[in-house]
Amino acid sequence: MTRYPRWKFFLLMAALIVCGLYALPNLYPDAPAIQISHAEAGGEVTDVARQRVLGALEDANLSPGPGEVVGTSLLVRLGDTEAQLRAREIASNLLGDNYVVALNLAATTPQWLRSVGASPMNLGLDLRGGVHFLLQVDMDEVVTSRMEAWAGNAKLTLRDAGVRYRSVDVDGTTITATFADQVAADAARSPLRRALENFAMKPAGESPEVVLTLNDSALKEMQDYAVDQNRTALNKRVNELGVAEAVVQRQGSDRIVVQLPGIQDASQARRILGRTATLEFRLVDNSVSSARLRTGVAPPGLEFFPFKGQEGRIVALSKSKIATGDQVIDARMGFDQQNGSPEVNVTLDGDGAKRMQRITGKNVGNPMGVLFIETKTDVQKSIDADGNTVDKMVSTTEKYVINVATIQDTLGSRFRITGLDNPAEASELALLLRAGSLAAPVSIVEERTVGPSLGAENIEAGLKSMALGLALVLIFMAVWYKVFGLVANVALLGNLVIIVGIMSLIPGATLTLPGIAGIVLTVGMAVDANVLIFERVKEDLRRGLKPLQAIEEGYGKAFTTILDANITTLIVAVILFAAGTGSVQGFAVTLFIGILTSMFTSIIGTRAMVEMIYGRGARAPAKLSI
Amino acid sequence: MAMSKEEMNINFMAARKPLGILSIALVVISVILLVTRGLNLGLDFTGGTTIVVKSPVDVELSQTRADLTEAGFGDAVVQHYGSPKEVNIRVAPKDSVDADKIGYVVFDALKAGNSDLELLKVEFVGPQVGDELRDESGTAMLLALGLMMLYVWFRFSNKFGVATVVALFHDVIVVLGLFSLLQWPFDLTVLAAVLALIGYSLNDSIVVADRIRDEFRNTRETDPEAIINGAVNQTMTRTINTSLTTLLVLVALFFFGGEVMKAFSEALIVGVLVGTYSSIYVVTNVLFMMKVNKEDFLIPEPEELDETP
Repeated sequence: MTRYPRWKFFLLMAALIVCGLYALPNLYPDAPAIQISHAEAGGEVTDVARQRVLGALEDANLSPGPGEVVGTSLLVRLGDTEAQLRAREIASNLLGDNYVVALNLAATTPQWLRSVGASPMNLGLDLRGGVHFLLQVDMDEVVTSRMEAWAGNAKLTLRDAGVRYRSVDVDGTTITATFADQVAADAARSPLRRALENFAMKPAGESPEVVLTLNDSALKEMQDYAVDQNRTALNKRVNELGVAEAVVQRQGSDRIVVQLPGIQDASQARRILGRTATLEFRLVDNSVSSARLRTGVAPPGLEFFPFKGQEGRIVALSKSKIATGDQVIDARMGFDQQNGSPEVNVTLDGDGAKRMQRITGKNVGNPMGVLFIETKTDVQKSIDADGNTVDKMVSTTEKYVINVATIQDTLGSRFRITGLDNPAEASELALLLRAGSLAAPVSIVEERTVGPSLGAENIEAGLKSMALGLALVLIFMAVWYKVFGLVANVALLGNLVIIVGIMSLIPGATLTLPGIAGIVLTVGMAVDANVLIFERVKEDLRRGLKPLQAIEEGYGKAFTTILDANITTLIVAVILFAAGTGSVQGFAVTLFIGILTSMFTSIIGTRAMVEMIYGRGARAPAKLSI
Repeated sequence: MAMSKEEMNINFMAARKPLGILSIALVVISVILLVTRGLNLGLDFTGGTTIVVKSPVDVELSQTRADLTEAGFGDAVVQHYGSPKEVNIRVAPKDSVDADKIGYVVFDALKAGNSDLELLKVEFVGPQVGDELRDESGTAMLLALGLMMLYVWFRFSNKFGVATVVALFHDVIVVLGLFSLLQWPFDLTVLAAVLALIGYSLNDSIVVADRIRDEFRNTRETDPEAIINGAVNQTMTRTINTSLTTLLVLVALFFFGGEVMKAFSEALIVGVLVGTYSSIYVVTNVLFMMKVNKEDFLIPEPEELDETP
């Protein structure tokens, strides 16, 4: 018989060594740690802050690790989770608002392994605990609010061009401007076309009006922009929550996935993510009499809103918006350099700045208000027809003015809001301005929260069932197929090492509980290949073939059958991956990898071992232990 | 080991007719059940809220139900979750704007009665997402079945292809029928199990069908029943051993994998048992019904080239 090709031995050894090496970090459990990062993106943790934190933790007898710099943040390891929680308290009290302190898990992988890029597998939320949210962006709201802004733009353009209009109305994605006569309508056409270049203009008709419809491409762009804007804003908020390894990703056309591993208090996360807030800068009209304000009926072009924190004060705002929250790039608290009074420094994006400049330029000395719009949800108790108390969820939109300030000068992309009573108020306003930059309301359409203790239970359950299943299969194979069974067992263990190694090597692969089930199932099905081969070998022996011939024949004949069997499962794994979500995808991944590696180990791997045992002697063996 | 290691020769085909009738009956009953009773769709597909709470002491479900009714959730389904200390509460989707907060309202209501409760898990699936997941899952299952048929068609000649596909549908329908009969919850993980079963069932049938085809080509025997019986005998040890190893790990998963894996392993345990049976009896019965005989193999097929070692 032919000698088994040498390159296959080398391939096997190489696969085992490489995967074994990369599987090793999984043996080192993660240690509890706190992660300290600067509140400003890109800001570094200063040495002073580092010394202070480590000193304070030392004083509290928490025996912190030396602290390592990871990217721009500082990671401090702690003995146990209790010390971790206390350390977070201490560190966040000490450092205040400039830093974010998050709970994290630090890898304990030794340096030499890390230097070759080895790291443990990513664990899914069902194994490590945490929250998964699927958020839906309210596109109708996006379109409505954008269209209103454009309508406002159209009015401004007409006013600038000196064309008098009767009305400018929005219906869906269409803006209709009505004029007194055709002359005015014709005069309006070219300035409007220039100002609203994303719109298609309907040819002039009988009635004195100009009809503009938003292009489909612009509509799509607007929706994409809204989702991305939301994603960015959510990212900022998640960072303020201080979650390490959080995921904020777009899914499909109008959804965003937020995953917060290790979050202990899911309701806090919901409050921050679920709250939708937008804001608008508008001109204040002080000419409205206080009697009129009390009636609550606003004159045309104006709207009345309460002033937050001041009982009974009503502010009359112009209906048109100067700038909206999604145009706020940044808002920070600061102090006036002359008199030291608190202020908020606001930065607007290009479009916002342009409008701001134009409108404030004409309104120096007039007051401008900031309107805050928050969608909140409350539980209302009511009594139904049967006399039972029923909790009813009521969603309310609250609109109130949070600030009125006089425009001192023409404002551009950067301006200051002054006249604030104290630093706390300034910092609150800055926070609200930043939080208000969500482009569109979002609602939670799916949530899966796994408490950390359940995550730990799931890991234990997964490992326990895997160990037991594996042990049963190993015993069965050894008893039934003797030496060949042991060979299959070695291959099976090698297979596990390779699966874990590959899972650790692929950066995006995440192990979930169904993923563990996938590995367990692979263990059961992987030996199928060996059962097929060994049964064929036995048959050939019975037919009177010599042992080495029987081995050759058995492996050859079983091969197509094995291929068939595995291809069907591979197809299924691919479909599952495409159709499934989260944890089920984890199953598809391990099943897919497991099938491929098991073909490798149970055909090539066992063959190599069988050759070593039976094929190396000077004389061919007379009997096989099978 | 009870089984003889010598070549087996059991007349499996003796029981083929009554078992064929049994299979038809099982499929018919399953289809009727699926149509009339339907599946007990889990949260993933219906939408709604599920929360799991843990108490340091055993929880009386009647008390929990009373607390929930008081809080306006009289229609909630309350069950123990793995242990008497843990309770699973499922609330049907509500038509209110803030359905996503129901889990926390329920938890607060329960906590008022038992302040030591710990919130282990909250799952909320909006009705729209539920509908989408249901559609996607149905598509995935049909797609899997379709691709399997395509693969079998590509791989086998007509009669064997038909036989393995009939066995495949038999397995999936009977497993779904059992889920309908016992009203076991059917969620995304169970769907994963059913898809895995589609792969497994076909695999099992292909091994048997492959061997029957080989026997038809290679033996001098002319009686189809004897040829098929011989092939079934030859693959019997393999069929049983593979099913056994798979069942071993599934049983381990059933007992130790926790609640999440319970329905998953149930589906696959039943599936492997049904699949093993069908690969022997359904495949062969369909072949008999189509009157397979030696003449079907007079023209050698191209695949034969692959099979010579």
